[in-house]
Amino acid sequence: MTAAASSARPALRDHLVARAFRTKTGAIAGGWLVLLALAAIFAHVLTPYEYDVQQLSAAYSPPSLSHWLGTDEFGRDLLTRILYGARISLSVSVISIGLSVLAGMVLGAAAGYFGGRLDRMITTVIDLSWSFPEILVALILVAIIGPGVTGTMVAITVAYLAQFARLTRAQVMAIKSETFIEAASGLGASHRHILFRHLLPNAITPVLVSGMLATGDAIILEATLGFFGLGAQPPTPSWGAMMSSGTALLFKAPWIIIFPGLAAAITVVSINLFGDALIAGLDVRSRPRTE
Amino acid sequence: MADATNLLVIDRLTKRFDSGAGLFAPRRSMTAVRDVSLAVSRGSVVGVVGESGCGKSTLARLVLRLLEPTQGTVHFDGIDLGKLAPRDLRKARRRMQMVFQDPYSSLDPRFTIEQVVGEPFTVQGEVLAPGRIAELLDQVGLAGEIARSYPHQLSGGQRQRVGVARALALRPDLLVLDEPTASLDVSIQAQIIKLLQDLKRDLGLTYLFISHDLGLVRYFCDRIIVMYLGAVVEELPSPSTEPRHPYTRALLDSTFSPDPGKRRHLASLTGEIPSAFNLPKGCAFAARCSRASSRCLSERPSLTMHASGHRAACFHPIADDEKEPS
Amino acid sequence: MGLLEVDRLSVGIGRLTLLEEIAFEVDRGEILGLVGESGSGKSLTALAIAGLLPLIGARVTAGAIRFDNTDLTRLDESRLRKFRGRRIAFITQNPMTALDPLQPIGEQVDVVARLHLGLTADVARSRTIEILTQLRIPEAATIYRQYPHQLSGGMKQRVVIAMALAGEPDLIVADEPTTALDVTVQAQIIHLLTSLVRERGLALVLITHDMGVVAQCCDRVAVLYAGRLAEQQGVNALFATPAHPYTHALIDCIPKDGMARDSLTGIAGSVPSVAHFPPGCRFHPRCIGRQSVCETNVPGATALPGGVVSCHFPLNGDQRHG
Repeated sequence: MTAAASSARPALRDHLVARAFRTKTGAIAGGWLVLLALAAIFAHVLTPYEYDVQQLSAAYSPPSLSHWLGTDEFGRDLLTRILYGARISLSVSVISIGLSVLAGMVLGAAAGYFGGRLDRMITTVIDLSWSFPEILVALILVAIIGPGVTGTMVAITVAYLAQFARLTRAQVMAIKSETFIEAASGLGASHRHILFRHLLPNAITPVLVSGMLATGDAIILEATLGFFGLGAQPPTPSWGAMMSSGTALLFKAPWIIIFPGLAAAITVVSINLFGDALIAGLDVRSRPRTE
Repeated sequence: MADATNLLVIDRLTKRFDSGAGLFAPRRSMTAVRDVSLAVSRGSVVGVVGESGCGKSTLARLVLRLLEPTQGTVHFDGIDLGKLAPRDLRKARRRMQMVFQDPYSSLDPRFTIEQVVGEPFTVQGEVLAPGRIAELLDQVGLAGEIARSYPHQLSGGQRQRVGVARALALRPDLLVLDEPTASLDVSIQAQIIKLLQDLKRDLGLTYLFISHDLGLVRYFCDRIIVMYLGAVVEELPSPSTEPRHPYTRALLDSTFSPDPGKRRHLASLTGEIPSAFNLPKGCAFAARCSRASSRCLSERPSLTMHASGHRAACFHPIADDEKEPS
Repeated sequence: MGLLEVDRLSVGIGRLTLLEEIAFEVDRGEILGLVGESGSGKSLTALAIAGLLPLIGARVTAGAIRFDNTDLTRLDESRLRKFRGRRIAFITQNPMTALDPLQPIGEQVDVVARLHLGLTADVARSRTIEILTQLRIPEAATIYRQYPHQLSGGMKQRVVIAMALAGEPDLIVADEPTTALDVTVQAQIIHLLTSLVRERGLALVLITHDMGVVAQCCDRVAVLYAGRLAEQQGVNALFATPAHPYTHALIDCIPKDGMARDSLTGIAGSVPSVAHFPPGCRFHPRCIGRQSVCETNVPGATALPGGVVSCHFPLNGDQRHG
């Protein structure tokens, strides 16, 4: 039984991601994300520069062979700072969306499965936070917690929670009325068995895909907070903060704002395209009949 | 104190559903099953037949305690299921299982067939003997290779066989069959009925068979319960018993015989089943009944015994010497 | 010569052939039953008659559908529209989805007559109420103003039939019109359709999987299996002496009064999907009388006294119940 379970599960998941990679857009978008992630992880090996060592003599250098993307007002290599910035942008958005999905699923599943007063309580809170724009929720939270990486992560986690909780709740409620849930309780299954073996596995895929898409939004939200100086604090590079310092130098050294902006834009678009490719390959039931 | 003859005894079972009062909607309640009593003797097949809204599926769920009754009791092998603690109810569920109508939605699409048939063992914390899955699949006429397939890769008939295999996994005594063939083609329906007959003979099972098809029920069942709008209107001791209740008669006349020589030229029944909210005061069938009198509109008939085991709830039952309308 | 003649009709989608050489005809005042299990091609035949094959990306690859001596397969969409809904009406399986939930049902019936017969709103309205009354809908004038959700399933199916009748058609194609209904209501609708055919001289193609319904109301029967015509006969002959083993088996799948407990066995296996049609006779893997020739050669059509059968070894009267 367990052997069968573990052999069947990864086969399915490989299938989904592998199929997304097999489409043209999926391959390009996914390729960029993998490349960026690797470059961020190995940034310290890839570039000869440090992200925080100032070299004022080289300030405002346009792109050249020694500084591929130019330098900023302190003479720091922009490519290096973008790669280190990717560490912050990617890890902050992925971790906080991950936490957000997790918490949203717990709340949504509890509300959808148990119903009643618990459902009304959770739904009311969720609907309330849903009625504010994410940026507003995030700004309020950062104002309370204080600027920095931790504050940004908490802010993003909470800002997107409502979305995942609502989606999970709707999924769980729809699946709850399927006969196979009734069949499981007829076998004598516990709430835990029904929730973790039937409801969540069937509800999880759309939630994960929407989490994937929200990661793109979270990168922008992180950049926005950084732009306002509320994200990672200097000298730690973040794409938002880099763009913010570039605004004043828009005409003198446009590369300072353009390249971090491009990095963010390409990454967000890639995430969205890859998410779409995932959605296209989502339906497990599209596999052929064997007779 | 186990009952020697009856495996299942249902006594005055009632289920009322309340639709929650909304901001603008008043609270309404609907009695899906009203005062139903019946007994199923060991090794027999009892059929419950009726049209949509007659409460037959709710009854099936009440028997298996998938729903809590509003009133009344269900005794299984002498045990009052309503008095069991959750842990004991789980144990009791090993002995009574259900086969569902829709073989498409009754199997989790993410489970392999092996996992579906193995689930009863997981749930009951029982060790799955090697080869047991293959044995169960073989019992319902499926090849062992199917174990690694997913439900969507199987045909409707194959899926329903999987549903039967899952129900048999823990060696139950009672199967509640909720329209197990209603969504299948006739050729497959006949296959599944044959399978159920063979299993009953080989394993000594007892069946409660829910269906809308009186022709099928008369073929398959030993005793027949006819329901209309939540209540039992007639109980036939054998499939060949001539009905006394006009509704059973109408149901029989509406069952088209596959014999062009026996055509019926009149629809025997006009009108349709009224809403289960706002039931009439008298006999629920009176509005559609050609025999209805003023008494039928004001007073609700109760089940009365006509012959041994033959009960009908009607003030003007069809007499023996009456000719059936043609 | 019948009003509708389906002549060796083949339908394909891409390189797959879904229907192969389907042939039957139906005349005024006559009910033809088109029978088969799911996957036999019944509904596809109805789509072909309606000229709606492009909806599913399929097309007629050979043969003709002659309606009143016009080959419908050669008409373009605008000329086809003069037939569809006007002279040929369609009734679908599910009355719940055939009606617009946001429009009063009377207006939905009106629109057919106004579109096809060019009636004014007032005339159409009184005609609609007349039709509803003829279909034994009580208080037709009240029902006229109601919305679909206010009606029961049987009433909705009557309204769908009223829409079919509003264009004064000569032919009705009804695809499983009673499958979604309760048995007592099914009986009412079948009797209603039958009397319409007899009284108005309509032609009806009744698509169904229910041999009981066929026996009760059809005049002639075409049995389809896996996209091919298995057999066509008059209803009495078909039930008394089915010539195709599939027809025989299909009739035997229905429990009859006084039948012995173990006599119902069904047909082993299931209808193959288009991609897995077997060679030779498509029924051979499920046939108890198959020979080696059945596995390789497609049986041709053999004439019967009142019909046709496609089988290498058709049953005669003595073999039945053998």
